Amino acid sequence: MRIGKDLVAAAATPVVLGILADGESYGYAILQRITALSGGELEWSDGMLYPLLHRLERQGHVHSEWRQADSGRPRKHYRLSEQGAAVLADQRRQWSVVGDVLSKVWPDDGGPRLRLAFGEA
Amino acid sequence: MPIDEPRNLPGDVPAGAPGAPRDAPADLDALVASWRGWMQRHDAVNAADLDELESHLLDTVDHFVSAGLTVDEAFLVAVKRLGGVDDLSREYAREHSERLWKQLVLSGDDDGPAGSAGSALPGGDAEAAGRRLPWYRRANGLPVALLLGAGAGLAVKAVELATGDPSTVALNIAVIVLPFLALWFAWRRRPSIAVLAIVGVVFAGVGLALNLYPFIGSEADEAGTTVAAISSATGILAMLGSIVALWLATGLAYVGDDWRDERARMDFVRFSGEWFVYYVLIALGGGALSMLTVAVFASIGVDVMPFVGEWVLPLGAAGAVLVAAWLVGAKQRVIENIAPVLTKVFTPLFTIMMLALVVAALVQWNLVDASRDLLIAFDAVLVVVVGLLVYSISARDPLLPPGWFDRLQALMLATALVLDAIVLVAMLARTGEFGFSANKTASLGLNLILLVNLVWALRLQLGFLRRHTGFAALERWQTTLLPVYFAWAAILVVVFPPVFGFA
Repeated sequence: MRIGKDLVAAAATPVVLGILADGESYGYAILQRITALSGGELEWSDGMLYPLLHRLERQGHVHSEWRQADSGRPRKHYRLSEQGAAVLADQRRQWSVVGDVLSKVWPDDGGPRLRLAFGEA
Repeated sequence: MPIDEPRNLPGDVPAGAPGAPRDAPADLDALVASWRGWMQRHDAVNAADLDELESHLLDTVDHFVSAGLTVDEAFLVAVKRLGGVDDLSREYAREHSERLWKQLVLSGDDDGPAGSAGSALPGGDAEAAGRRLPWYRRANGLPVALLLGAGAGLAVKAVELATGDPSTVALNIAVIVLPFLALWFAWRRRPSIAVLAIVGVVFAGVGLALNLYPFIGSEADEAGTTVAAISSATGILAMLGSIVALWLATGLAYVGDDWRDERARMDFVRFSGEWFVYYVLIALGGGALSMLTVAVFASIGVDVMPFVGEWVLPLGAAGAVLVAAWLVGAKQRVIENIAPVLTKVFTPLFTIMMLALVVAALVQWNLVDASRDLLIAFDAVLVVVVGLLVYSISARDPLLPPGWFDRLQALMLATALVLDAIVLVAMLARTGEFGFSANKTASLGLNLILLVNLVWALRLQLGFLRRHTGFAALERWQTTLLPVYFAWAAILVVVFPPVFGFA
């Protein structure tokens, strides 16, 4: 199953903020985590993560810092700001509303027909 | 042509031949260097971004090498996974619109909606493209800019000759000249018809108000001279208001359908700042040239002063509006380096000047009795300070962490706030003493707007320094106020004159 572009774009911000809520991280590790959490189904080009992180930084949701990795290479670490935590909480409420609605609209025995339709969306 | 497939890229490195993975480090360095070379052609991606992407790339390579791939193979996969260079560049350009703005030069003239990120092409083939372009599109549309500039100059002259009255020209200067700038934006940036219609309505409305209200000619000339100045205060206020309102209306043609987008508005602010710098430079150069001309011709006994005064000056001053606008588009890279320098030079100077003003005002405390001119001068200082603030925000890299300059700016804001409060108190006292006049009410309103701006800007600035808020909040606040300025300017033009009886 391939998740639609718009849905990936919409989910990117809360997912990234949510991962950073567990503690600071850097781009490569964030992508690894997304791949691991979604079983490889939520994926986008690796590079696209960085403009997103920059936007979040400009908006003040995350702060960044260059640090030396163990390998001696410089790495830019990102961590959630207080404001970012608030935004995350807010997004979480929004998504849970959407999730609730979807689960009510689609009963559990939705059947393969519906799931197929969603998958192709 | 655009570089599309990054997978071609390691092939350019001769050392990347298969069968030599053992000398891995040197090999990888060469591959990375070649990759950086490719990416650097995209202006939306700067060196810090490349460092970050490179770090990512190397992590991915490590991962795949430890999974058993050779360095070459791992590098191929890693680059591929970063995504297409063009897509990536477009994504960066979308986020870093200040870099995109810089890039509009290179992407040049091939597509109309220049505000869209899609025009982010590498500049390597600009020359080739230049040869295919129709004449009026060459050199970033310089021929069109010159034609429009000549049109603006001739329009000024035509109105002057038709009415025989310089004060009519002075009153209508924005209505006469700025439509040509709006046309330039309409041509360059292709806003939708709806936006253009709104701009047109604003121009028409301001033009009607300025000319239907009896600003000129109501007074009979006393000394028999034909020079009838704009005698009333409301007339001068309306003229100033029309310049501000129409400049912002022209900005609407600039941002087009993105008018809700704060980044697009910030682009226009950036444009305005750069335009101002260029205009001043052109004016200085033009002034020097005119004076030299007059002096040289005077030395051989020919008086060209009337010609310079009556033709060169008005035509040049109006035409330079368009030329400066063209320059901003064509030479952005140059000014790019100047803007941050200018803000860094003048912010400290203005801060010192205002601190001195505050001290002087507190020591003397005679502002209430002070003349009206003094209060207007204070107002002008505050306007310049806010202009400087907005210009600094537009010239700043939003991703930089707060530094000494931002602290200095907070100090400047705090000083300006104190100054504004002093002026406001003095004004209220004056108004209490002498009653409302058009001038006093206008500057009172301006002061209130500035006060609100400064209070909130200072709050945001402190929040930014303490890293509570992002830089985006500062940008958003300043661009949110643009319609407020427009509204106040429009009120000055339309509402004030009748309310104050055209006094």
